[in-house]
Parts: sequence; C-alpha cells; structure tokens
Amino acid sequence: MKRQIPVLLVFVFGVFMIFQYFSPHEYSEWIYKFLMDWIYIIGIFAMALGIWSLIHVSYDKIKNKRHDWGYSVVTLAALFIMMFFGITGFDENGEWGFYFMTQEGLTNPMFRNFFNHILVPIETTMFSLLAFFISSAAYRAFRARNVLATMLLVSALVVMLRFNPYFGEAVGLYMNKIAAWLLNVPNMAAKRAILIGIGLGMVGTALKVVLGIERGYMGKG
Amino acid sequence: MRYILIIFSLILITFSAVIGQVDPVVTDSLAPVPAPPAPVTEVAVSDKANDHGHALIIEWKRSLDDGAGSNAVMLYEIFRSEFPDSAFKMVGSVPLGNERFEDIGTIEKESRDYIPDNTNLYYRVDAVTIDPVVRTSSEVYGPVQSYSNWFHKGRVPVLTAVLIFGALMVYFVSVARKGTELYVRPLAGIAAVDDAIGRATEMGRPILYILGLGTADMISTIASFTILSRVAKQVAEYQTELIVPCYDPIVMTVAQEVVKSSYLDAGHPDNYKEDSVFYITTNQFAYVAAVNGIMLRDLPATNVYMGKFYAESLILAETGAVAGSIQIAGTDEVGQLPFFIVACDYTLIGEELYAASAYLGREPIMLGSLKAQDYAKAAVIVLMILGLLAINVHLNAFIEIFKVVD
Amino acid sequence: MNQNTNIFNKMMSMDRRWVFLLLIIVCVAAYFAPFSIPILIEPEVERVYNFVDTLAPGSIVFLAIDYDPASLAELHPMTYVLLEQCFRRNIRVICTALHPNGPSMAENAFLEVVDSCKVDKTYHGKQFMGREVVNGIDYCFLGYKPYPALVILGMGTNFRLPFPADYYGRPIDSIPMMKGIQNYDQVACVVNISGTSGTEYWISYGQGRFGFPLALGVTGVMGAEYYPYLNSGQIFGYMAGMLGAAQYEKLAENDGKAVVAMKVQLFAHFLIIFFIIIGNIGFFMDKFSKKREGR
Repeated sequence: MKRQIPVLLVFVFGVFMIFQYFSPHEYSEWIYKFLMDWIYIIGIFAMALGIWSLIHVSYDKIKNKRHDWGYSVVTLAALFIMMFFGITGFDENGEWGFYFMTQEGLTNPMFRNFFNHILVPIETTMFSLLAFFISSAAYRAFRARNVLATMLLVSALVVMLRFNPYFGEAVGLYMNKIAAWLLNVPNMAAKRAILIGIGLGMVGTALKVVLGIERGYMGKG
Repeated sequence: MRYILIIFSLILITFSAVIGQVDPVVTDSLAPVPAPPAPVTEVAVSDKANDHGHALIIEWKRSLDDGAGSNAVMLYEIFRSEFPDSAFKMVGSVPLGNERFEDIGTIEKESRDYIPDNTNLYYRVDAVTIDPVVRTSSEVYGPVQSYSNWFHKGRVPVLTAVLIFGALMVYFVSVARKGTELYVRPLAGIAAVDDAIGRATEMGRPILYILGLGTADMISTIASFTILSRVAKQVAEYQTELIVPCYDPIVMTVAQEVVKSSYLDAGHPDNYKEDSVFYITTNQFAYVAAVNGIMLRDLPATNVYMGKFYAESLILAETGAVAGSIQIAGTDEVGQLPFFIVACDYTLIGEELYAASAYLGREPIMLGSLKAQDYAKAAVIVLMILGLLAINVHLNAFIEIFKVVD
Repeated sequence: MNQNTNIFNKMMSMDRRWVFLLLIIVCVAAYFAPFSIPILIEPEVERVYNFVDTLAPGSIVFLAIDYDPASLAELHPMTYVLLEQCFRRNIRVICTALHPNGPSMAENAFLEVVDSCKVDKTYHGKQFMGREVVNGIDYCFLGYKPYPALVILGMGTNFRLPFPADYYGRPIDSIPMMKGIQNYDQVACVVNISGTSGTEYWISYGQGRFGFPLALGVTGVMGAEYYPYLNSGQIFGYMAGMLGAAQYEKLAENDGKAVVAMKVQLFAHFLIIFFIIIGNIGFFMDKFSKKREGR
C-alpha cells in the first residue's frame, strides 16, 4: 500500500500533465496553474528540511571534532549572520526593526557588505578556477593520437584563434568563416544527434515513470 | 455690455496665453482639417483557435486611403462592445498598413482586460487620421463569441508520435515479459559502476554520489535517482560508506528516501545513516566549493556524477582526478559532456544516462523500453531522410504533416 | 636516448600546477601591460546594438539579469554598457532577476550606471548631457521570484501577476513608468543576460509563447550552446562571453572592463595553444624515439 499510493498518484498526475499539453482549455490551464503553485509550497517546506539537514550535519561535525570541523563553524556562522542581517534593517525613519515579510533586510548595509565584499569575490574566484582547469584539460586532451583526434585538435585551434586581431582582417575573416562552419555544421550535427537521443530517452523515461515501470525514484530500483 | 465682453475676452486670451494654450489652438485652427477617410471593409471576427478562450481575431480590408487615395489614414482603432449599437470600448490600435488585430483578454473577471467567453460581442474598426476626431467607423460586426478549446489541433503530430512511441513501448515490454531475449549493447560506464563499488570496499574509502544541479522534476535527476538506488543497494550489501551532498532541498528529501529504501531492500536498514544524504546550498559555486572540500578531505575511492551539470562539471571532475578517485559521469547537458569525457574515467553520453537503470538491473521490462527507444530512433532517422528528400523535390505537403503549431 | 625520452615524457605530462602558474603570470602581465588590442565586431552583436540604438526615446527595453557573482566578470560589462546606452538615449528599462543572487547584481549595475549618467559624455560625435536617472521613471526593477518558467509565463499576461510590487516593495500601479504597461506587448525587446540555464526558459516560454524580439548575452562557456537559436530566428542578436561584451563596448564607444579583459583572454589563449603544441611535440618525439629504440 505504501508503494501503491505513490505510484497511483504519479500515474494520475502524469496522465494529467500529458493531457494538459494537448488541451489549452481554461479548466485544464487552471488545474495546471494550481498544481504548479504546489511546487512553490513544497519547495518552501523542503528548504526548511534542507537548512535543518545542513545545521544537523555541521553541528555533528563540530560536536565530534571531526576532521576540519572548523569549516562547519564558518558555515553555521555565515548562515546565521546572513539570516540575521537579511531580516533586520532600518526603515525610512532610521528605526531598526525586524522585517520578515518585506524587503528592508535586503537593503541592510551589513547584508550588502557581506554580499558584495565576501560572496561576490569568492564566487568569482570559484568560477575563474574554470579557466585554469580548462587550460590543463586542453593540454592533456588535445593530442594528435589518430586522425579523428587530429581533426579535433585542428578544429579547436581554429575556433580559439578565430578572433585573433593580429592575423589581420583578411585571415581573420577566413578563420571566422571556417570556425562558423565548424560550429554550425559538424558541431551542430553531432549535438542534434545527441539531442534527438536525449529527447526520445526523456519521453521513454517519463512514460516508464508514469506507467509505474520505473520506480527508482522511490527507492524501488 | 460690449465693453464688458471685450474686456472679458481679453482677460480670457491673456489667461490662455499665460498657461500656454493659445498658440497651438491658433495654429490648429489654421491647419487644414483632413477629410474623413474611406472606411475599412470586410471586417471579420473569429475566435482565436487552440487557446484557453477570452481571445478573438479581428481582420479587415484596409481603407482605400491607407497608403493610397488621400493617404489620410494613420492608424486603426479597434472597438468592442457587448451591444450592437452602444458602449463600444477601444481595445487596441495598430498602425496603418495592418489588416489584423488579436484581442487577447485575461481570464480574471476583475481585470480591466477581461473578455467574457460564450457571450455575444460586437466589433468595429475605425480608420483614424492625423486628427483623431476625424475618423470613419466600419460597419459593426457581430455577434461573435470567444470560447475555450479542449483540444489543441496544432499538436496532432506530437500526439501521434507519443501514441506510436507508447504503443512500441507497451509491445516491447510485453515481449520482454514473455521471456524473449533482447540484446542491448554493453556500456562500459555502467559495467564500471560495479567495479568502482568493489574498489571502494577494498580500499575502505567512501563513494561520493553527486546528483547534479537539477531539480527533482528534471528527467536527468529522476534517472539519477534510479541509478542512486542501485548504487545504494550495492553499497549497503558491501557495507561501504556513501556520501550524497545535495544542491536542491527537494532532491535531498527524495534522495534520502531512495537511499533508505535501498538499504531496506538490501536487508541492512540499520546501516543507513540519515546524514549520509545532506543538503549544502542552492548556490552553484558554493556547492562546488563544499563538494571539492569533501573530495579532498575524505578522498572517496569513487565519484559518481549523474544528472544535470553546468559550468561546475570540469571543476568537480578535475578536483576528483587530483584526489585520485575513479570517476564515472553521466549527463544530458550536451555542453558539459566534453569536460566530463576529458576528466572522468567513464562517461554516459546523453540518453545513456536514462538507459543506465535498465542496464544496471537487466530486468526484461526495462530492456523492453530500451528496445522501443531504439526503434523510435530508427523511425526518426528514416523520417529525417524522407524529409530531406521531400524538401529537395519541393514536396511541402510531407513537411506540413509534421508541423507543430504553438 | 633515455634522457631524451624523459624530456619528451615531461613535455607530455607536465604537472598541471605549472600550467596554472604560467597562466596566472600571463593573465596578470597582460592585464597590466599598457597596450590595447583591436576588437573585430560580429554581426550578431551589432544587431543588438543597432536595435537598441534606433529605438525611439520613451521606448521600453526589458532587461532580464539572470546571473550571479560567479559570472559577473563576463556579464556585468554587458549590463553596464547596455544600461548606459538606454539611459543616455532616454529609453526606459524594466528589469527582473530570476536568479537568487541576481537582484544584487542588478542593483549594483543600476547604482553605478545611474552615477555615470550624471556626467556629460559624447558618443559617436553626439553629446549626451548628464542627467539624473530616476528609479520609477527611467527604470523599474521588479526583483526576484523563484521558478523562472512560471514567472516568465505570468508576465506574459501581466507584469503585476508575478510582481504585484517592485523590488523595493512599491506597488507596481504606484510606479509612474509602469502606468499602462501590462505585459511584453508594451516592450520593444527583451535582453536576457544570463549565466544560467534560465536562458532556455526565456527562449521557449518567453519568446516561443509571446513572440517578443529576444537578444541574449551569455557567458563564454555557454557560447556555442545558443548559436542555433540565432539561425532559427528565435533570437535577433547574441553576445557571447567577454568577447561579446567587448564588441558591444566598442560599438557603443564606451570602453570598459571587457575591452581590457580581452587582452588577458587573448594571451591566455596563446598560452593554451603553446601548451597544446608542447604536449604534441612531446607526444610525437616520444613515439618517434620509441620506434627507433624498437628498431
């Protein structure tokens, strides 16, 4: 019973979702919107569970003095400090107060400072790491091991050099044309082949879920 | 009395001049008044097809003075009323040269733009000159009603494809159920999952399973749940540690249930630790930083990346490679596939991710659905070739069969 | 012979930390070196510029800022130059941020561009007097709402459905520039500057459903992903990565951070190509020497 009810629910709502795609009727749209609202509701409750999970795992690490537990202290401190500044602030009259339902907290100078001077540089740094990893990956991957790998290598060089201003306009335009062809023809053909497979795989998986053949998402693999 | 009138007029003119209204009035009065333009003809109003109602399409033939004749028409204004001869309200305007207007209203009754369904409505179109007062109204068209459509006729090709694909699936699943042996080509990435779990057990190190950045409603995440359940079952049997850091709280809740059920199915419910599946953050790079930290601290023997990945894919996979883990990845995000292929030991490309659960279980029903996918793919290839031929011999009717209208 | 093989092996499998170190040296040196590089303009970037530049004063551009600090380096220059172009030409802007960290990005951009618009400037020989750009009159920032697909669909009916109030809590109906503005029908175009998959929602749920002119500004990593939409006509213009931003800055005669950063990108590319060549020389020489040893 514990497994049958979820399967039944998935079937009913899955079939409705297929139906609503083909039915633009007002009633079908209304039910669709109503169901979509539930995503917000479930999301909010799940967020509470998520935050609880984070606190629990971090607290457990600190309590048991596990390896590098200091990071968990930073995590919890960041969570509570940002939450505190995010819901407090000054109103138009300069009065300090708690703001749970309005946006004053987001204009709190401390909230902004933490955001602009801590989060922004950290996130930008994390993203910029990608440049380093791409360089090292390109160095290791682009080897002319066989004909196909050589074609890949040459294509990569053309795409990378297509906007090189030192080649002059004539060579630049020619390179640009080759690069555009590489991107729009062979690259696109390969991508579309994969995408068609993905599309069919998606429909197949969705049908398997709706029909109750696939139950891995319930732990019944 | 005459003097009083003169003085009063002077005061009035002075006052008007002060507030700056005299000049335009004088100029306007001197400007030639345009003659009323010819009216628009053949006004026709119809319900907008394939929609939720509350919308109509108004079409007409241009005024003879639009771009020709006296060239007086500047724009067309469209009016609607629930009565044939009064209470017309302007609902929109289009510049000269146009012969069509979509009057799209809202569903909300309290809204100003509400158009009632199944109610008689009347329309007229005014040809308006540079002087908005000078205009000519068309004949009133009506009554006409808007209504909701139960079926979207423009999506028949999609419905047909879904039905054919569904039928293929049901057929192959029933064939598989009867015990017919179905061949599917082996996938190295899938075979590696078993070995990787064995390796982790031998080394006494954990397995890190990343569900990606997708939400629970994405097919790639659903496929990842299925693979997670298989991995968790084996992990439970071998009594190895499993770490599942999550990006989305709903995904975390589902993943907890998946792992818990797998431990139960494997007969080791006591070994399940709720903290093994935990939430980190819904911030892409903060999540990456946390997962990289786990990789470098706990040195997992195997990292499994299955689901939706974006720019973080290479950062995760390269860090995993530095930590010396065996890495298996699978994603349907085409842009990230090259990164995983470079940095991981095995990569499931696109649909292979969805097929993984069928491979892992080797259950006939699952293999049957894979067979259906293969046949559908063959059909797509055949249709693409036919389409290519049709377009080259200008057989447009063939192309039109597959046209989907939104 | 063995010594040679060792060198070739080293060339082939250099420690990745050397790659990282040389890359950072090249990036820093290129950033500070006092030279500039020419920027070639692509037609897809020019189309965005021309579209905005030929709009009548008072028109509305809808700017969807869907990125976080991570992609700030590439995407902030696009936002800055586009906003300044709009405000200098008296084009009004409605803005949303459908990424949780997007509102701060948008706010930063508005604050800085509003400041720079106070000064007189000349672009393409035309002088633009400095003026006070006012929130609520020249622009309206609607803020953030989760689930972008639903928000984009809702705005198609009425901006007030997902956003009854703007980011600062003022009811939309009380904002002067939003008077008579219902939905996408009243905006000239939508420009989505994004570092996330939110772009797909703008294409399929926004442009696909409501048919407004859409232009994209995306990160370099996402660059190749969205070219097909340009060919299919679903987007009318496209700016990809730092290069796209630099091209727009050049078009607008408003050189900013992107033009400077292009130096860094170009020389980083040279270095990567250098490493690829070194790796391949090592690979071939190693193969060659092994072959000779075998003989």
